[in-house]
Order: sequence, then C-alpha cells, then structure tokens
Amino acid sequence: MSKHFYKKSGFLKNFLLLSGIVIILVFQVLASNPQHPESTSPEQAASHETGAHKEKFNAGNMIIEHIVDNHEWHILNVGDFSLTIPLPVILWFDGKLHTFMSSNFHHGHQQYQGFGISEEKENKGKIVRVNQEKYLAEGVIECDKTQEMPLDFSITKIVLAIFMSLALMTWLFISIARTYTKRQGQAPKGIQSILEPIILFIRDDIAKPSIGAKKYEKYMPFLLTLFFFIFLNNLIGLVPFFPGGANVTGNIAVTMVLALFTFVITTFSANKQYWVHIINAPGVPWWLKFPVPLMPIVELIGVFTKPFVLMVRLFANITAGHIIVLGFVSLIFIFGEMNLALGYGISVLSIAFSIFMDFLELLVAFIQAYVFTLLSALYFGMATEEHH
Amino acid sequence: MELVSPGIGLIFWMTLAFGLVLWLLSKFAWKPIMKSLHERETSIDNALHEADKAREEMKHLIFSNEQLLNQAKEERDEILKKGREIKEKLIEDAKQKANEEAARIVESAKESIQNEKMAAMVDLKNQIAKLSIEIAEKLLGHELSDPKRQKELVDHLIKEAKLN
Repeated sequence: MSKHFYKKSGFLKNFLLLSGIVIILVFQVLASNPQHPESTSPEQAASHETGAHKEKFNAGNMIIEHIVDNHEWHILNVGDFSLTIPLPVILWFDGKLHTFMSSNFHHGHQQYQGFGISEEKENKGKIVRVNQEKYLAEGVIECDKTQEMPLDFSITKIVLAIFMSLALMTWLFISIARTYTKRQGQAPKGIQSILEPIILFIRDDIAKPSIGAKKYEKYMPFLLTLFFFIFLNNLIGLVPFFPGGANVTGNIAVTMVLALFTFVITTFSANKQYWVHIINAPGVPWWLKFPVPLMPIVELIGVFTKPFVLMVRLFANITAGHIIVLGFVSLIFIFGEMNLALGYGISVLSIAFSIFMDFLELLVAFIQAYVFTLLSALYFGMATEEHH
Repeated sequence: MELVSPGIGLIFWMTLAFGLVLWLLSKFAWKPIMKSLHERETSIDNALHEADKAREEMKHLIFSNEQLLNQAKEERDEILKKGREIKEKLIEDAKQKANEEAARIVESAKESIQNEKMAAMVDLKNQIAKLSIEIAEKLLGHELSDPKRQKELVDHLIKEAKLN
C-alpha cells in the first residue's frame, strides 16, 4: 500500500516540478520581451523616438543584457509601463563621492551630474563622464575621453542579489545552528534534515578525503560557505523573475573574488613542503631546474592558473547555460518577427528545449558548486600536505 | 568585453559581503553545527559500542547462567546419589541389625531352650533316679529278704563287672 502511495506522491512531485518550470519559462518569455526600453541600441533609440516603425529584435543584445550587470533591476514590462527597481549609484570621481539613485538616468537615456551610462561599444553599460558636445548634439551618451573614468562602487543588480542571497544564507544557517544546539543529539528535523546530508557530503566526501582527517576542520567553514553560496546563487540564477534573474555566479567579478579567497587561503596555509615542491619539485631531472629553472617557472605559473581556472570554469559554465536558454527564447521572437504563426509554432520547440536545458542547468548548478568546492579543498590539501 | 572584465565595485562589495558572511557563519553557524554533528556522531558511536558491550556481557551472563545451571544439576545429582546411597546403607544397616537381632534372639532362644532342655533333662534324670531308687529300694527290699538271693546277686554283679 505504501509503495502505491510513494508512486503517487512521486508523480505529484514531478508534476509540480514540471509546472513550475513551465511557469518559469513563461516568465522568461515575458521578461525578455524585446520591447522594453533597455534593449534599444542608439539607432534603435532614434527610430523609437521618431516612431516611424517598430524596432527590430536583436537577440545578441537581449542575451547580453540579461547576463551582464545593470544599474537598475528591471522586472517586467506591461505595455508602456516598465516595472524597474532603481538602485543606488555610488561613484568615486575627482576625489569626491557622488551618490544618487539610478532612476536619475531614466533607463540610460539621460545624464545626471555629468555622469551617464555609456552607449558606445567599448564601455557599454559602464558609468562614464558624458561627452557633453555629443550628448547635446545627438542625444547619445558617450565617454568623454579627456576625463578619467569614475570608480563605480554602485549597488548594482548583482550586488543586490549577492546581498540578498547572503542574507538568506546567514538567516538560514544561523537558525539551523540554533536548531542543532536546541535539539542536541537528536535526529535532524525540518529544513535541518534537508541541509544536513549536503553538509555531511561536503565534510565526508570533499573535505576529509582532499585535506585529510586531521586538518580538514579548519577549512570547513570556508568550504561550506563557498558551496552553499555558489549552489544557492546558481539556483536563484535559474529563476528568471525577481528576486532571481541576476546572473551572480555567471559574473566574472564574483567568481574572481571566490577564486581569490581560495588562492589567499591556499597561500597562507601553505607549509614548507608546498614551497619546496614548487622550487625544487622532487622526481624531476635536475637539468629541468638548472641552469634554466623550467620546472619552478611552470610550478609557479600553476599556483596562479589554479584559481584562474576556478574563476573561468564557474563563470563560463553558468553564463553558457543562460545564453543557451535565452537563445532558445530568442528564437521565438526572431521567428515571430518573420511571421506570427511561425513564432507560435517555434515556441513549442523552444520551450521543450528550454525545459531540457533548465533540467540540465539544475544539474550543472550542483556540479559546478561541487567542483569549485572540491578543487578548493584539493588545493588546501596540497598546501598542507606533509612529507611522505 | 563587459562580460569578461570584472568591475571594481562588484569585486569590492563581493569581497566585503562574502568575507563578512564567511566570518558570521563560521562563528555563529558552522561552529555549532559541526560541533553538534560531531557530538551526535560520538554519542551514536558510544551507544553502538555500549550495545556491543552489553551484548557481549549478555552472552557472558547466559554462559555463566548455563554454567550455574549445570553446576546445580550436578549438585542435585550428587545429592540424589548420596541420598540413594544413604538410603541403601540405612536399609542395609537396618537389615543387618535386624538379622543380627534375629540371630541373637534365635541364639538366646536356642540357649534358653537348651537350658530348659537341660533343666528338664536334669529334672527327668532326677525323677528317673528317684524312681529307680524307689524301684530299686522296693526291688531290693523284696529281693534281699532272703540271704541266698543276696549272695547270688552279688556274684552275678561281680561277674558282669568282670565281663565289662
């Protein structure tokens, strides 16, 4: 009887998951509506102003806009109304701090206090000092080459997403820690029992075998925080509507900071053995080390390539996944522009492929978090390995 | 280019926020979680170990119980055996005693019979003697009234005596 029950609930779960993904995809299509003002390139903006004909859908622009950071958080468009969360802009320029809300830019169409979001190819999306002549003449915001670039410390879309996910993690794990201390020695309960297997997996299958049973404890807080940060943001990144939609782990700056943390911890916990291994690798013929120190150079480069590869791998995997899903969604609009019926027809195929990709991305979300954590643990293990 | 060029603001905020959360979680979340996980594991380990020990003790207890039972059985057998022996001995003794008593009684009976017999014999002898004497007296009184007859008798007796 119980067997029948499980079958039934399994079906229900699958159904819920599938319908959830379909809803997500519908939002994806809505959110990537090509008519929102963000996607206007200079010439498109001009045509938009004249109102002579409908702007043309540019899939490349749309995809890139959904992947990169932004100074405002665009949620959705309904007709002419666009729901956008303005975010604080914080600039360091000419020895002074300038702070204002990004709504002053009017979605990038206007300048404010001499700053504007560049529309040129090379600095696209960045806040620059506006070339006033060009702006007044053509209404185009371009970088003023005579002035230096302001340092941009704005709370952008991705920064806000980072804050939100970190706040969620802090709340989640501190409340779980409280449950652990309250229910000392008892079986896990509620959300604790969902996360405990993952915590144990990181401890027993990542940290212990990679670092060793004696020293792993010191690195557990970092590995756990790292894993859950990547995993959580990978998952949130798959949700196309607010509060998801920010491509946190597919941003090179974020993965760079994570890789730098690993690099710094590896370097600072390295023992003598580690440095000896770099300078004088054992088991290598002497003529590879002297007079030309070929091996030491290779080893030294390896020290820096390891975190570099960590950075690129996570960034590329997550970004690539997003690009593919957005590409499938773009197909609907590309074909829709040719012929409305063709657009509807292709949407079936597009959504089917997107569902497949979303499932794949769920897997990738876990695998990438696992790989990043595992490799970090392996590097810590190498740095603290004892002579044998 | 924007895609692969990390922005300074993002690096700054990410480092700050991630570092802060790393510190916060290390102190207030991971430490107690890892600690209680470890404690639970050791307590489970201990419990299993103790269960093992208890099982071992149980085995030992059962073994010693069996031993005790066997010993008790042996003792019972021993006691029963002894009891039987004592019983047999008692019966044997009683028999022997009875036999002895009977023999003694028989002996004494025999003795008393003998005595009685002897007494009776003596009595009989005396009676016979007395009777014979009386008879002899009467006979003598009758025979020896004539001297000739006296002489003949004496001769005859002498003759008889010589023949013996």
